[in-house]
Amino acid sequence: MYLADSRTTPDPSDTAGRHPLPGRRAALVPGAVFALGSVSLITDVSSEMVTAVLPLYLVAGLGLSPLGFGLLDGVYNGVSALVRLVGGRVSDRGGSHKTVAAVGYGLSALCKPLLLMAHSVPLIGAVLAADRTGKGLRTAPRDAMISLACEPGTRGRAFGVHRAMDTAGALLGPLVAFVILRAAADGYDAVFTVSGCTAALGVLVLLLFVPGREDARPFTEPAAGRAPLRAVLRRPAVRRLTGCAALLGLTTVSDSFLYLILQRRLDLSETWFPLLPLGTAAAFLLLAVPFGTFADRVGRRRLFLCGHLALLAAYGLLVSPLGDSPTLAFIVLALHGSFYAATDGVLAAVTADAVPETIRGTGLAVVQTGQAAARFVCSIAFGVAWTTWGDRVALGSAATGLAVSVAVSALLLRPSPDAPPEPVR
Amino acid sequence: MNRKNRILALLAAVLILGGVAVGATLHAAGRSAEKDRAQPGGPRVHPGEVVLDAPRLSVFRNMAWGPHRDEIATVPADDPAGPRTSSGVRCLRFHAAAGTGICLQAVHGRLRDSYRAVVLDAHLRELRRYDLAGVPTRARVSPSGRSVAWTVFVSGDSYAGTSFSTRTSVLDTRTWSLDRDLEEYRFFLDGHLHKASDLNVWGVTFADDSRFYATVATGGRTYLVRGDRTDRTLRALHTNVECPSLSPDGTRIAYKKRVEGASSDAPWRLYVLDLRTLRESATAEHRNIDDQAIWRDGHTLVYSLPGDYGSDLWTVPADGSGSPGLSMTAALAPAFTG
Repeated sequence: MYLADSRTTPDPSDTAGRHPLPGRRAALVPGAVFALGSVSLITDVSSEMVTAVLPLYLVAGLGLSPLGFGLLDGVYNGVSALVRLVGGRVSDRGGSHKTVAAVGYGLSALCKPLLLMAHSVPLIGAVLAADRTGKGLRTAPRDAMISLACEPGTRGRAFGVHRAMDTAGALLGPLVAFVILRAAADGYDAVFTVSGCTAALGVLVLLLFVPGREDARPFTEPAAGRAPLRAVLRRPAVRRLTGCAALLGLTTVSDSFLYLILQRRLDLSETWFPLLPLGTAAAFLLLAVPFGTFADRVGRRRLFLCGHLALLAAYGLLVSPLGDSPTLAFIVLALHGSFYAATDGVLAAVTADAVPETIRGTGLAVVQTGQAAARFVCSIAFGVAWTTWGDRVALGSAATGLAVSVAVSALLLRPSPDAPPEPVR
Repeated sequence: MNRKNRILALLAAVLILGGVAVGATLHAAGRSAEKDRAQPGGPRVHPGEVVLDAPRLSVFRNMAWGPHRDEIATVPADDPAGPRTSSGVRCLRFHAAAGTGICLQAVHGRLRDSYRAVVLDAHLRELRRYDLAGVPTRARVSPSGRSVAWTVFVSGDSYAGTSFSTRTSVLDTRTWSLDRDLEEYRFFLDGHLHKASDLNVWGVTFADDSRFYATVATGGRTYLVRGDRTDRTLRALHTNVECPSLSPDGTRIAYKKRVEGASSDAPWRLYVLDLRTLRESATAEHRNIDDQAIWRDGHTLVYSLPGDYGSDLWTVPADGSGSPGLSMTAALAPAFTG
């Protein structure tokens, strides 16, 4: 019933963002971006609540051995990547990013109450796989909507605001779960119920406050043909961008390896170890908006590459014999967070620059899937290198590879002038 | 729908969903408070002094509802249904031998919970404590009481962190030297050094203070390994063995075996392996077992099965004869003093 609503004439104040008016609203981000950011924030609170309690629930709550979950992880990752491509393609062909995103968010929301009923490892694994399918479906259409909702010149900031809100939700989720378990010992069912309610709220905010295609700015090009994927891959700019994202992804060591190396270098106690991801997230949260805005000014491709230099610096610090002072941890985590702030949303903005509106969702999906697949290959290879040669050699090789990848990407991404960014309308 | 109506719809949804959320939390809180009240007909539990070196005792985690839930308690070994003496020490996992206890417990912090391993003396006084990286699952003390081992589950930090691994540590309580992660030992498969990034080790059972058996998983298979602290090695002996438990005479291993044809959510059966002949034999317990069994004596196995209070303890003969019998309701992680 809320879907039908998007056909009614939108309230002028609601569309202020897409045609920024001078005044207070224009200084922030478009309303639609803020709405999508809120949806992501709420949804991340919901999903991170579950993630935070899941190990305890399986072991202490259900008395299960969760080993073997990891075996299927690779399969889920592959499925999730495929689903992302499907999500982007369907949303372009059907012309409704909002509908596909709503299905994705809705599927994940439905999975929360299902967790209450699944009491065995395979069933819980299946529910989590469905949850990931939802996440895969919604990512590309959501980013497409963000890119379509703002003026091309402010895309960096728009994605920055979205990623900051998303990260804020991820930080809040575990806290909410903790408060519930503190009020009700063993109250995993309460955690799942609250998570389900939160996810439902996220879907509702999407349906009520994110404008659909009908009331969006009309396309300046005809709707996507029957093969948006081919149309995307025909564009040299997209091919180059996908190549660079994949190349850099191949040398981006997964977060958990980085934290393990940091723990070994500093001989961190097991109590401090779980706090390391919070350091990265905090830096990401604080820097996403300023870096996004900065990217709009100095060129998004340039900042995307600079972000990888921050990651390279973090690798360098970890490989170098700089001792084991806790300051090292702060600097490494700050660099790691800067890397995300300068690359995650910025890559989406760069992609949007290179892909026309009609195939925007597909383009975003292709680039992001290329990156995710490369990172997955990297984490397998890195694991093998770690066991064979040790963490220092493995990280040293990754750093060398990253330096080469950045240099190659700088060459590949050069032909189009970095600043001012050339937006595709 | 105009802006005002949308906001009204959102407010209504917040009220309804918030109501459901608060209701679910209050319901769970009430249920949790109920667990702090003793149930009529449940085991009798009274506070008292618990010692680990008194003869003929069964020491375990008391799961019965009431003020002493989750505390380490004792009953005479020959009267398992008798009144329980509860120590006031709370543990998730526990084991004891020769006057040394190992207690894996939760620490409720202000912003999050964490876990630690506490080494206890015969009067349950804390000797040392170690931070744990994840949720505790197995704990063992060597027969002499000198070495202890524990296993925790560590989960990834990624979205929907579904990648779990184990971390197993072994500690010498005389020198306090700690091997934090047995995955750093050299693992030999078919006599060859085997390096793999997917190695997992869990479920230590001690032969003496430096030699032990455990499970190693790699490449989707599980192996029974013989471990040695002195030369830091793990050597594979047999496949498809999880959570081994060595008999008091050191000749047999009770373990959970993943059997063919069983449903994937209940895949394990309780088996015994003769270490001299490597011959496997099934026990008379045909239900799914997910526990590291304990030898009460040379011929009886004790293990946990889900029960009304979370876990009950059952026994079955180790030689495949007889049938399973309920030994104790509302109990977990038992140990038997000499």
